[in-house]
Amino acid sequence: MEAFKKHTGKVVPYDMPNVDTDQIIPARFLKKIDRVGFGELLFNDVRYNADGSPKKDFVLNQPKYAGGSVLVSGPQFGIGSSREHAPWAIQQYGFKVVIAPSFGDIFRSNCFQNSLLPVQLSERDVQTLIQRAQELTDYEITVDLEAQEIHDSAGFSVKFEVDPYRRDCLLRGLDDIGLTLEKTSAIDAYEKAHA
Amino acid sequence: MVPKTMFEKIWDSHVVSDEPGKPSLLYVDLHLVHEITSAQAFDGLRMNRRTVRRTDKTVVVADHNVPTKDRDKPLEDEIAKAQLDALAKNTSEFGLKYFDMFSKKQGIVHVIGPEQGWTRPGMIIVCGDSHTSTHGAMGSMAFGIGTSEVEHVLATQCIWQAKPRTMEIRVEGTLAAGVTPKDVALGIIGKIGTSGGIGHAIEYTGSVFRDMSMEGRMTVCNLSIEAGARTGMVAPDEKTFEYLKGREQCPKGAEWDKAVERWKKLPTDKGARFDKVIEIPASEFVPFVTWGTNPAQVAPVTGRVPKPEDYANAQDRLAVEKTLKYMGLQGGERIQDIRIDTVFVGSCTNSRIEDMRAAAKVVKGRKVAPTVRALIVPGSWQVKQQAEAEGLDRIFLEAGMEWRDAGCSMCLAMNPDRLAPGERSASTSNRNFEGRQGPGGRTHLVSPAMAAAAAIAGHFVDIRDWK
Repeated sequence: MEAFKKHTGKVVPYDMPNVDTDQIIPARFLKKIDRVGFGELLFNDVRYNADGSPKKDFVLNQPKYAGGSVLVSGPQFGIGSSREHAPWAIQQYGFKVVIAPSFGDIFRSNCFQNSLLPVQLSERDVQTLIQRAQELTDYEITVDLEAQEIHDSAGFSVKFEVDPYRRDCLLRGLDDIGLTLEKTSAIDAYEKAHA
Repeated sequence: MVPKTMFEKIWDSHVVSDEPGKPSLLYVDLHLVHEITSAQAFDGLRMNRRTVRRTDKTVVVADHNVPTKDRDKPLEDEIAKAQLDALAKNTSEFGLKYFDMFSKKQGIVHVIGPEQGWTRPGMIIVCGDSHTSTHGAMGSMAFGIGTSEVEHVLATQCIWQAKPRTMEIRVEGTLAAGVTPKDVALGIIGKIGTSGGIGHAIEYTGSVFRDMSMEGRMTVCNLSIEAGARTGMVAPDEKTFEYLKGREQCPKGAEWDKAVERWKKLPTDKGARFDKVIEIPASEFVPFVTWGTNPAQVAPVTGRVPKPEDYANAQDRLAVEKTLKYMGLQGGERIQDIRIDTVFVGSCTNSRIEDMRAAAKVVKGRKVAPTVRALIVPGSWQVKQQAEAEGLDRIFLEAGMEWRDAGCSMCLAMNPDRLAPGERSASTSNRNFEGRQGPGGRTHLVSPAMAAAAAIAGHFVDIRDWK
């Protein structure tokens, strides 16, 4: 897995609560059997018209936010299904970080499996980021996982909490299976005791 | 001994490794696999030359993208076909049990698990599907995982989990006539919201769940994830044992008796504490209909669709405006005045034999409204055969409804069954998210009886007035 330590990038504000996984990537696109090609399908049904042309008012289609890499959204982001295609789509679009006041549990854990950092901030801090991104041009923030801190160049700074184990895995780029296989003797012992 | 909750008992008995500052490594007793969330996991195994650790604890079925009619004809959807072919190839290469769409054991993964006795009390069960919580109805701890975790479980038969907090949802009393397990689940979600259960494992307690059938408990546990909780469970009791006894995969003879003795120790001890307790009296539940685009946006069938100005918070007002626009509603209309054009009875939430019976009872001897298309999709071949043995298929067909083969069908629009843009459904499924049943489709979640009644009337009706 790719390590994540620190990222500086443009903020894309998607000011919506309850952005569920069906909005992030509709189920009909989950039939592909490889891991690539999901970025262009991100938010498909709100991003494109029926004829495939981009919807002008949708945030990802606004030139102002082109090249953004930090997605900021409302509470309960990623509720719904367990599809890992959701973080794949977000990541393959170019996002490195998703910030919201709360996340769906399975979505959050899927993000960590892919080095896409989910950061939970208070509603107030999220609104500050959204407002600045809307009002300023090319509004960038730095997300520092090591220091567990986010700041911009205009005085905004906030600490965030993250599961220490997940943080460690991301900082070191460790993947779970490799770690678990080191525990094979414990798994053997469990199976023997419960046979 | 310190009294423990059922959740804690199951968790503690599955810990393979526990180190401070880390999640626990838990052993998985049953791994259910389907076509949508597994192909990339099998690729990962291949890439790293890994094998499946316990093929005997892994069960694979095709359910999400399979068509529910004309299975003898070639699949029209090339991409779906490629995905099913990949599943067949992967299961054969890795030596796994696989029920393809022609197998008489095929069905929705969360229907066949309990039905064939794969799902049993005290187990930890995972599946790359958020509605895995369904299996908690058997007194197990069951939760959805992503594809990376599917790969992990295939390779190691274990999963890393941070311990969730516990939540008791207690409903005492007796449900009124016409109020079903689906209404209980929708009522709970409406009350605690889509995030109410985030970070928690729910145990449903109280007389309402004790009195509920196993099918009903499955419906309730299934919808735990819509309240944000990855897992929901009900304590096993005589009803559970009665349901499981004699099922294909359950122990037999003396082994069965020993298993039941073990299972009887699972329920939460007297004096055990939950991190959070929510009590709702049974009298608060009525037949519910969702009006919006998340399952917490629910109203009594006798109620009205809310208006944006009913909300104090500006962000909520905007969100409701957007929701109503998507749903093609003004706000303020009576729920019973909402006309529907499509009815779907099916999905892992409501496609079991009891659901089929509930729908059939309502439509018997009547005709579907001329403007309505109604799909009845049993959750498994076994449910289908049972329903046909009871003559339910004839009731549906004579009413002008379609009687289909088992699969996820119109729940999620990744097979031929879907809503066209602007179409409006009464659906017994689990999610009313935008586009869930097809781009631009509008979904109202209801119980099987309410869906069936809406099919006949062409609009929502209060099932309590149905004669």
